[in-house]
Amino acid sequence: MPFFVEVIISLLIVIGGLFLLIGSFGMIKLKDLLPRLHAPTKASTVGLGGILIASMLFFWIERGHFTIHELLITLFIFLTAPITANLIAKAYMLLNVDPNKDLPPSKQNEGWATFDPVGPEGYDPSEEYKEKET
Amino acid sequence: MIEYALNFGFVCVALALLMNLYRLTVGPTTADRVLAVDTMAINAIALLVLFGIGQATAMYFEGALLFAMFGFVSTVAYCKFVLRGDIIE
Repeated sequence: MPFFVEVIISLLIVIGGLFLLIGSFGMIKLKDLLPRLHAPTKASTVGLGGILIASMLFFWIERGHFTIHELLITLFIFLTAPITANLIAKAYMLLNVDPNKDLPPSKQNEGWATFDPVGPEGYDPSEEYKEKET
Repeated sequence: MIEYALNFGFVCVALALLMNLYRLTVGPTTADRVLAVDTMAINAIALLVLFGIGQATAMYFEGALLFAMFGFVSTVAYCKFVLRGDIIE
């Protein structure tokens, strides 16, 4: 294996490891859940991305043919990270945020969607189920 | 040279997993614990990929992909349960 390729792979692993460490350190350093949601994004983008690119380069040089296996993991993590962050924030708001005190008024006929599942103007989702049953 | 970088990476990931474990046990709210489990899954993927480089086999790649999928599904299931009291309605 050529020397400069080894240097590049080692650098990518070291940078990825450091970013994973920083992302998890933010989890214990930050005070509240909503700032804390910000920290693991470092781990899941640069941290994991660096290590997966290092793995891709290593097996390319080792085996002699190029594969994009590892890009699948990166793509999957990039697609799912916003969904998990949104769902965790919604779960936190439902349990720990008081919509009357902590949030501004929604200026609509109905409240904020996380706290008001009934929806606009007397629309009741359970009525749809009743119609289907009969 | 790659061996030294791999050792450094293993130490970093191990420390990161310990920090996540601290947040998982202490974490004041349920959402903190769900976030800690989600980050733990990401760190476990990194650990598996590093181990695969160290052993020079591509066998651990499938394990890493499974961790990515189950990490996402379990996080969504936890959050759905907190939000709606049910996972599949």
